[in-house]
Amino acid sequence: MCVNLGILPHIIEVYIATVNIATVAVPTENLSIFDPVSPVSTTIRDLFMLVFGVIGIIFVVTEGALVWSIFRYRSKGDETSEPPQIYGSNPIELAWTVIPVIIVFILFLVTTRTIYSLDLQEPPEGALRVKVTGHQWWWEFQYEDLDITTAGELHVPKGVPVFIELRSFDVIHSFWVPRLSGKTDAIPNRENHLWFQADEIGTWYGQCAEFCGTQHAKMLIRVISEEKSDFDLWVANQQLDAAEVPTPLHGKEMFLSLACINCHNIDGVILQGGFAPNLTHLMSRDTIASGAAENTPENLKKWLRNPDSIKDGCLMPNMMLSEDQIDSLVEYLTTLK
Amino acid sequence: MTTAPYIPLSSKLHEWVTTVDHKKLGVMYILSGLFFLFIAGSEALMMRWQLAVPNNDFLPPETFNAFFTMHGTTMIFLVGMPILLGSANYFIPLMIGARDMAFPRLNAFGFWLFLFGALLLYFSFLGGQGLSGEEGAPNVGWFAYAPLTTTTFSPGSSTDYWIISLFVAGMGSIMTAINLVSTILTMRCEGMTLMKMPLFAWMLLVDALLILIALPTLAAIQIMLLLDRQFGAHFFDAQAGADPLIWQHLFWFFGHPEVYILILPAFAFVSEVTPVFSRKVLFGYSLMVAATISIGFIALGVWAHHMFATGLSPAVLSYFAGATFIIGVPTGMKIFNWIATMWGGHIRFATPMLFATGFIAMFVIGGLTGIMLAVVPMDWQLSDTYFVVGHFHFVLFGGLLFAIFAGFFYWFPKVTGKMLNETMGKWQFWLLFVGFLVTFGPMHMSGFEGMPRRIYTYFPGRGLELWNMLSSIGAAIQFFGFLLFSINLIWSLRNGKPAGDDPWDAWTLEWSTTSPPPPWNYAETPTVRSRRPLWDLKHPEDPDWEYE
Repeated sequence: MCVNLGILPHIIEVYIATVNIATVAVPTENLSIFDPVSPVSTTIRDLFMLVFGVIGIIFVVTEGALVWSIFRYRSKGDETSEPPQIYGSNPIELAWTVIPVIIVFILFLVTTRTIYSLDLQEPPEGALRVKVTGHQWWWEFQYEDLDITTAGELHVPKGVPVFIELRSFDVIHSFWVPRLSGKTDAIPNRENHLWFQADEIGTWYGQCAEFCGTQHAKMLIRVISEEKSDFDLWVANQQLDAAEVPTPLHGKEMFLSLACINCHNIDGVILQGGFAPNLTHLMSRDTIASGAAENTPENLKKWLRNPDSIKDGCLMPNMMLSEDQIDSLVEYLTTLK
Repeated sequence: MTTAPYIPLSSKLHEWVTTVDHKKLGVMYILSGLFFLFIAGSEALMMRWQLAVPNNDFLPPETFNAFFTMHGTTMIFLVGMPILLGSANYFIPLMIGARDMAFPRLNAFGFWLFLFGALLLYFSFLGGQGLSGEEGAPNVGWFAYAPLTTTTFSPGSSTDYWIISLFVAGMGSIMTAINLVSTILTMRCEGMTLMKMPLFAWMLLVDALLILIALPTLAAIQIMLLLDRQFGAHFFDAQAGADPLIWQHLFWFFGHPEVYILILPAFAFVSEVTPVFSRKVLFGYSLMVAATISIGFIALGVWAHHMFATGLSPAVLSYFAGATFIIGVPTGMKIFNWIATMWGGHIRFATPMLFATGFIAMFVIGGLTGIMLAVVPMDWQLSDTYFVVGHFHFVLFGGLLFAIFAGFFYWFPKVTGKMLNETMGKWQFWLLFVGFLVTFGPMHMSGFEGMPRRIYTYFPGRGLELWNMLSSIGAAIQFFGFLLFSINLIWSLRNGKPAGDDPWDAWTLEWSTTSPPPPWNYAETPTVRSRRPLWDLKHPEDPDWEYE
């Protein structure tokens, strides 16, 4: 969208600076809709400035008239008669009918133009297609063209449009990474689309935005955009089956003999679950439990000891494992690079 | 003077339980509404305590989810609706010069249905998962989106409590709406044509018609959901192949008009209070009537603006954006007309007028943020964030609740014969006004910073700490405002100054009878010639009807 916004961007910049000062420090995980790094969120930010300007003028005029009436016409207590009774005025009433109609008509045109400009039902040329599925309470990412299935963290190459086919496994979720694009709901029995293009390298945070049950709050998203070469390396690793363990590991046998396999898949080892995150390359992720905790051996142990201690109410049951079992399992899990 | 005859408590109670008097029913509605206001307010306070700092563990997620569900459901169905319908019940017959509502017994039935539904909803805290269970209250959000409400994702009976209690309470509201429409259309006193009714009556007429259209939709989908849950029907069961969006369309076909059902009576209160305290006739009565009717119509065609992120086609998105913009026009006309009413007046800032002015000032903000949300691509960012929470609390708290307090302070003398204490009233206004701004202003900011709604906790380092702490401090300030209101209420009932029939020098019919009015309202049915019959009486040299 190319609208000449004049002074408005500067006002917004001052405003953003104020926000940043007000929050003591620049947040370490910035989710502000005013810091877009993708064409979609940039378009929305620009539209915001335009609308904010229009709204601001209406606000000042209306509240100004109200405040003026309050101070100018407050009773001084010494009036001897009632003020003149004004029953109405056709020209004035016509004015404040017609002017708002014109304003909302302009807003309508701008809105419609932006809706159509952002609408994308088919992936553009050269786009990366990712199938994103919302589960209670984690996100599954499947790159079908690349034969990769992962969870929680979405890797994308910088500067390439990413076209997301959004579904849900259970209830309605909403995929939202504010600095990349607006939110779109993941609805069972439907497929929705959304797209973005990360123009900078970095980690972009987001989370589920539609109430989806107990742990809606910890259904987090990380989008990691990297140079094409780094992304290709990541892809090459993800496409491999699980790393062979050099010597038979007690933890692996335990994994295969416990209920873990009813939900979790490990490519090249066992594929009978799929209900829970795929663990083939677990250690390549920064976080576990859909971003609720850093991916460290300590946190993995804490998680196995009692998942509720990290994510109260999550669907992984407490398996009542002994400390020995937990150590063995984590020893195996940390081989899944 | 002899002492009053002794009436035992049991017969007083009997009199209230069996009454069909619209005034007694109105009082019971309003008292129930205030009771639930304190319950739902306490739930909000606990949520603000939880959200004051990141990673707080004051409330476990299930309890938090139950609290925001119950807070929303209670505020809308058990606070907003009964206070507004109760006020309509009390004042519509008085304002149109009638002796009661058209169907007094239906009126009583409607109230008791409402109260039973309300108590049933709160019984869910005990009964939702059996008395031995925990967290039994509904926890699926006040909008109860399918398929989260199916038995798979919401086992136990908490969701059934939500369905049945609101169904029962909703039936009560539908009956009251039938009663209001019949009363307004058939029982106006001599001389009161439709265009000579107080604006209050016009707004409640449109309001009741909206209830008649919207609430049966909710009742229908609640029964469908109950069939799903109890008898294995598949209306909304996604696992059986149903499309869960059907629920959203039908729910918001009820849910959006519901917003106008709540705000039209608030407009009605402000339209009565503002002229009296500005000492001027309402500016542009006919335009106000036209705006009210058009809001009624357009309100039925904007529901999908709650669903902009669900993947609707661009054409559908554009239509609903356009319709939503358009409804801003009649709403804006009202605001301009109220300001024009104040313009050139001798405004007396007694407590009712403070609240009415606060209403106009805050409702403008809530309306403008509403326009921002109607800009679809902005809604894709802001929908389901704290920006929306801020937006609708400006409409429903800064708007509706301030208007309710304006009406409460204005009509309390009529209902009880005593004045509420003005000093406490003004302190209450300023505490609530400041507390309100400090609570809900920062919520817009947390929305911009990416904080979704309905999360029981959030992470540090995302720029949310300051805004959430401010919101929680604001909630604490509000607490003292509400506390002062309760003290004022009890104190004034015992020690309030006698009000007399017409303490505000007002102009509508209810101020011509005694305070409180006798059971028969008027010894003689009044006759009116204008919209302000008492102005005509007080100013025979310059009566209104010459100008209408």
